[in-house]
Amino acid sequence: MTVGVAAIEVTGLVKTYRLGDVLVEALKGVDLSITAGEFLAVMGPSGSGKSTLMNILGCLDRPTSGKYRLDGEEVGGLSRDGRAILRRSRLGFVFQGFNLLPRLSARENVELPMIYDGTSASDRRERAHSALSSVGLADRAHHLPSQLSGGEQQRVAIARAIVNTPAMILADEPTGNLDSVTSEEIMGIFQRLNDERGITMVLVTHEPGIALFAKRVIRFLDGRMVEDRPVVNRHRPPAPRETAG
Amino acid sequence: MNLYSAGKVAFRSLRANKMRSILTMLGMIIGVAAVIIMVAIGEGANQRISAQIASVGSNLLLVLPGSTTSGGLRSGFGGAPTLTMSDARAIGKELSTVRAASPTMRSSGPVVYGNQNWSTILQGAVPEFLEMREWKVVSGRNFTAQETEAASKVCLLGQTVSDYLFGTEDPVGKIVRIKRSPFTVIGILDRKGQSPQGQDQDDVVVLPITSMQKKLSGSAHVGAVGVIMVQAVDGDRVKEAEQQVIELLRQRHRIGQGGTDDFSVRNLSEMLALAESATRIMSLLLGGIASVSLLVGGIGIMNIMLVSVTERTREIGIRMAVGARERDILSQFLIEAVILAITGGAVGIVFGAGGAILTSQLAGWTTVISPSAVFLAFGFSAAVGVFFGYYPARKASRMDPIEALRYE
Repeated sequence: MTVGVAAIEVTGLVKTYRLGDVLVEALKGVDLSITAGEFLAVMGPSGSGKSTLMNILGCLDRPTSGKYRLDGEEVGGLSRDGRAILRRSRLGFVFQGFNLLPRLSARENVELPMIYDGTSASDRRERAHSALSSVGLADRAHHLPSQLSGGEQQRVAIARAIVNTPAMILADEPTGNLDSVTSEEIMGIFQRLNDERGITMVLVTHEPGIALFAKRVIRFLDGRMVEDRPVVNRHRPPAPRETAG
Repeated sequence: MNLYSAGKVAFRSLRANKMRSILTMLGMIIGVAAVIIMVAIGEGANQRISAQIASVGSNLLLVLPGSTTSGGLRSGFGGAPTLTMSDARAIGKELSTVRAASPTMRSSGPVVYGNQNWSTILQGAVPEFLEMREWKVVSGRNFTAQETEAASKVCLLGQTVSDYLFGTEDPVGKIVRIKRSPFTVIGILDRKGQSPQGQDQDDVVVLPITSMQKKLSGSAHVGAVGVIMVQAVDGDRVKEAEQQVIELLRQRHRIGQGGTDDFSVRNLSEMLALAESATRIMSLLLGGIASVSLLVGGIGIMNIMLVSVTERTREIGIRMAVGARERDILSQFLIEAVILAITGGAVGIVFGAGGAILTSQLAGWTTVISPSAVFLAFGFSAAVGVFFGYYPARKASRMDPIEALRYE
């Protein structure tokens, strides 16, 4: 499995929204660089602009002005379809609410990104299976999301995020709906993907404990980055319940 | 996303809302079934008219003998024997626009064979008559000009007469008695079915008009004929032929300017063409009304697709986040709409065909389910799906992924 590495270079990033008659400046000129293989936690209160940054980094949204280079390629100005192709080939998403399709089984949810890039059905099955195995859910492949616990659902979502061998995973409050034990498990999986596969991790959280799993923490306030420091005394979870492969 | 997986995704989400999908399809089912039934009825009526036109013969004019005044009473057309054999001959020979003319005579009487008897129409004519009526002899032969000249005692039987008198026996060569005179059966006529007026055209015996005049009718007017049947050379010259016939007869009957004609000419094909266009208008009207229900079905699809798109905003957001392009989302919803429409269409075709068959059995109407109408209905329902599915699908594909993901 070849894994690409993402080097992100963001300069002078500005994003303004129009809310009714008022213009809201969500990002007021952000400069940020993330090297390949990094594990970054983005912190800050709500409204600080961290979600906006995530949306732009995840190519779900485009900046009002400023530059966004992903692996040296300018992607801030890509079309909707261009960004869609970028998302499915080089990025993975993990959300707070898991965002699985309720009527699809775990395996089918994991297959979703591959449906859109024309992977053959047998390939899809195989890769979905291996992705589920690597998060320890090989035996839950045929369960519907409603038949899985929160932690299991989030692991399905992680499997979906890694199935297309992305260079970077963007996780928006991935532990927000989970208890502390399960949260640590999920963070352990992220650390492992980061360590073993070199996938760049960008994590939004407001829990300081969760941020300690990252290698570097940045903090936002009112649309500006106000803090950028490495994590000393990095948190490591207890041994995982299952040996993931 | 390829078509197969797109179809599978669409089927799944339709199955997830079974009741809703069935109700939506019901609109299409009723619409398509209505179109199929209406078109089948219209087509059936058309075919019946066409068959009747064919059974009468094409480009025909009928010259009816006219009224005479006797003792102050005017009889209607056909009441007086004003037309003669020589009139018929003159029309047939002298007019450029006339292909053939046959004097005819009609009467009725019993026909007897062995211990069977049957009262039927006796049709006196000349040999050309059968050809003009496009009437074939299925066994035996037509009578000849010589037999007409000689007033031979020969006759042709219509199918009905043949069935009643002979059953399974072969009538050709047998002797029947018509009004007590013996006639040799020389041929059997092809089945013609009902006339536009609903009469059984096969309940007839055709014989030389001369034989009829001399042997059967005790009429004082020997040489007088009933109706003269005239065939124009082609369909475009029927009107012209009608004028020529009128002029010729006026001349022969010495009717001056302003005098009252003692005959009248009927244009048969014109009457039938009128009937045909009336049926055509009726079937267009029926089809049109039925199409309205198809339109309503289409609007139903659009309505339910719009609801579905709104309900599944979050799903759309998720699909977009994992890399679905606009066209992937568009095709997903479009395919769903088309599946709704064509499934409804297919079921509607089955119901429509069943309804048409039921109509013809219960009401006794001829209905014709033409393959072209079936294909058209199917194609049309697919088109309805695309047309009414496009707007909701486009709405879905244009969503902002961030807002769609946030949608509760």
